[in-house]
Amino acid sequence: MNFEPKIIAFLCNWCTYTAADAAGVARMEQPANVDVIRVMCTGRIEPMFVLKAFAEGADGVIVSGCHPPGDCHYTNGNFKTFRRMPLLERILSQFGIEDGRFHWGWISGAEAPKWAELARTFTEQVRGLGPLNWKDQLASKED
Amino acid sequence: MMDAGRHPNITLLTNSEVAAVSGYVGNFKVTVKKKPRYIKEELCVGCLQCIDACTYKEAKFADEFQMGLGKRKPVYLPFPQATPQVVLIDPQRCIQLKTGKCKKTCAAACDRNAIDFEQKEETVEVDVGAIIISTGFQPFDATRIPAYGYGRYPNVYTGLEVERLTSASGPTAGEVILRDGTRPKSVGIVHCVGSRDEKTNRYCSRVCCMYSLKLAHMVKDHTGAQVYNFYIDMRTPGKSYEEFYDKLLSEDVRFIRGRVAEVTDWAVKPEEEGKLVIRVEDTLIGVVRRIPVDMVILSTGLEPQADAASVASMFGISRSADGFFAEAHPKLRPVETNTDGVYLAGCSQGPRDVPDTVAHAGAAASMTIALLNRGQVTISPTVASVDEKLCSACKTCLSICPYQAIVFNADKNIAVVNDALCKGCGTCAAACPAAAITARHFSDEQIVAQIEGLLREPKTAEGARP
Amino acid sequence: MAEKLKLALYWAASCGGCEIAIVELREKILVVDQVADILFWPVAIDAKYKDVEAMPDGHIDVCLFNGAIRTSENEHLAHLLRKKSKVLVAFGSCANEGCMPGLANLYDRQSIFDYVYLESPSTDNPNKVVPQTQNKMPEGEIQIPKFYQTVKTLAQTVDVDYHIPGCPPQAPQIWAVIEAIVQGKLPAKGSVVGANEKTVCDECKHDRKEKAVKQFYRTYEIIPSSTQCLFDQGLICAGPATRGGCGALCTKVDVPCRGCYGPPPHVVDQGAALMSACASVVDADTEEEAARIVGGIADPIGTFYRFGLAASLLHRRKI
Repeated sequence: MNFEPKIIAFLCNWCTYTAADAAGVARMEQPANVDVIRVMCTGRIEPMFVLKAFAEGADGVIVSGCHPPGDCHYTNGNFKTFRRMPLLERILSQFGIEDGRFHWGWISGAEAPKWAELARTFTEQVRGLGPLNWKDQLASKED
Repeated sequence: MMDAGRHPNITLLTNSEVAAVSGYVGNFKVTVKKKPRYIKEELCVGCLQCIDACTYKEAKFADEFQMGLGKRKPVYLPFPQATPQVVLIDPQRCIQLKTGKCKKTCAAACDRNAIDFEQKEETVEVDVGAIIISTGFQPFDATRIPAYGYGRYPNVYTGLEVERLTSASGPTAGEVILRDGTRPKSVGIVHCVGSRDEKTNRYCSRVCCMYSLKLAHMVKDHTGAQVYNFYIDMRTPGKSYEEFYDKLLSEDVRFIRGRVAEVTDWAVKPEEEGKLVIRVEDTLIGVVRRIPVDMVILSTGLEPQADAASVASMFGISRSADGFFAEAHPKLRPVETNTDGVYLAGCSQGPRDVPDTVAHAGAAASMTIALLNRGQVTISPTVASVDEKLCSACKTCLSICPYQAIVFNADKNIAVVNDALCKGCGTCAAACPAAAITARHFSDEQIVAQIEGLLREPKTAEGARP
Repeated sequence: MAEKLKLALYWAASCGGCEIAIVELREKILVVDQVADILFWPVAIDAKYKDVEAMPDGHIDVCLFNGAIRTSENEHLAHLLRKKSKVLVAFGSCANEGCMPGLANLYDRQSIFDYVYLESPSTDNPNKVVPQTQNKMPEGEIQIPKFYQTVKTLAQTVDVDYHIPGCPPQAPQIWAVIEAIVQGKLPAKGSVVGANEKTVCDECKHDRKEKAVKQFYRTYEIIPSSTQCLFDQGLICAGPATRGGCGALCTKVDVPCRGCYGPPPHVVDQGAALMSACASVVDADTEEEAARIVGGIADPIGTFYRFGLAASLLHRRKI
């Protein structure tokens, strides 16, 4: 059975969501594995969302927004993002979730090809890591 | 300007700067610091007798309006058309203000007793409903391109300096003469100084081609010199602009297409002795040329003011990548900012010439009139709100709002979001450790529901995804 | 004379502190004795498991269950006491969120046994004896409970009616709950009782200002000011993300709150909430500076999930 990774992407409305939309309109090749949740700004993204996504069965998570320092539609929402994400990365690592399953970065509204590229390469990267199936952690690991 | 100064509904606060801004659309409070002129504005009639009577018999100090080419006294009128038509005293130059030991001949000469050496800085608070920022630009500092020799070679000038030379009210009453008093017989005008340049400013400053053509025409008219313009592209949009360029082509102004590499006084041939040599690749004929001239004029570009960052921060607006204040939308909203009630007019938003500035400013004025006449503002519902029962006053949210839309209510001991200032970014909701802040329409519950929904196992064959 | 309340108390994987908390009622425990019959309390009275098994279902009015579910015995008693009790209360941080036993979820059974029985510096076990669930002895076969891979909370094991948080719950709060039980004034099922709706900050008298943290400190690294908010000073105080009701005992003596009363209402994951608050107020305007400052937090998972790992969204480290 081929493993199809389930990837949740939290994208900011003004930049990466716009890029993803443009990539779709331009029919750039992207896998269907990435599901997008739109927020107005990456500053809205709290660590709890990413943890919840993994807990509910995501194999990979993406957070992407406007380039700092100047692109954020809300001036500096992305500053909060780059303060939170490194700490979240360490926590995920301490939970035993491999580095390659979480990606955070910046893609502007004009960078649709970059989004399509990320969707493709991240899907393959997560595919290589295999399913995470977090719900199994409590259930089937008890022998 | 005089009309504005006289209008009963207009209060001019000159020689002042904005110190602080608080509030939100419809309810701004602006704190203005009025710096002392040492002149009682309401008494001075602009007769200028104080200037004649000044203890300095000769004007000695660089006159800013004349770009340092002329001189003024410590007491002076900033420029001939200054509004209000009131002099001011420069505290760095006036002997009385620096040492307290002057005969104060100016005060004696003033028959209105308008001079007041004791005048102090005043703080004025104004309540306004809207703000228009028209703080203009600063000219590019030509010393940043050492290869052009500005500041080293006395006969290298900037365009603004030559504007003053050609002006009848300028330091030379319109005579275009060099520092040694002689007339130039050849003049090179260098376009794109500090513009279209990867090392300084990448953008085009929009006005320089036209003003370079104007200076070419004026200089030729005043001196009969041979004039060369060194350009990359000739940018002459606008009514009659291209036709003006054509006229210059027929006036024997020489146009050489190439970005000037260097201005140097090292002569290689006899005809270059004592002149400034402009080295440039003439790209239309593919030859590197050396053109000796008596005078070089650098067409310097327009930059945002040096304090643009702090002004932007004070008014709660953002800046574009080029440093000018950011408009709300590059095509459709040229005079609004992303902060409701704060508008932009003129070069503060980006380089433009006089007709475009008039149009831009008119747009800003009309948006302001519309706003104030409406009396109401419609705001987006996707704002944050604090649950009083849950907020425990940890104050985590206060410093992270980009719009300072969260204030602390000390009576109730809770944080409160100002709906008019909140733009709905949600960063406070994400930071609140007590989940006391809800980002309406992007709440925790809504986003968690999306996560759960997207990851719910489909009831179809295992692994199958549409 | 009203019928006495039938009360049971049990300790699963715990330190015994919650039992001490009951004793902290001091003279009021005599009142408890007046209004209640304690049917089962292993630390204090001589009732056995078979006594509980013999009771009719729902016989116990209120059971205060403390401790996390670490072994098959804990699990068995959780199910048994659920069956035999009308109202089952998760008492204390272990039962509610896993507390310290929950931190073992950073490891698995094998690595725990290896360390404890074989590798630790103070272990003297030359024959490498490791616990087995069954062992044949001359007298017969003996069994000991199974040590599960994962520590669970009480609510992850059985239905829980009320939650009393705290490590341990503070005596005045315990008393308030007992009074409510006796007077029949408990709120809706599923509620947290014996604690506040607001966070520890609401009870803390330190002076809080707008935050801008340039460096995080561990508690031994600085002597904090007694008046300024500990979080403002760079100590990781869990107060803002912790339910109040304890009286802010720790911050009162300038020790940062550790989060033992669990998350405030509506917070889904206490560690995530605290982590977000800490990082959000880092005083950094570049990615490098931000990474450097949060890099100064020594053990993120142990700091933010100190009490709530078992109850958190991910529950445990991946096996």
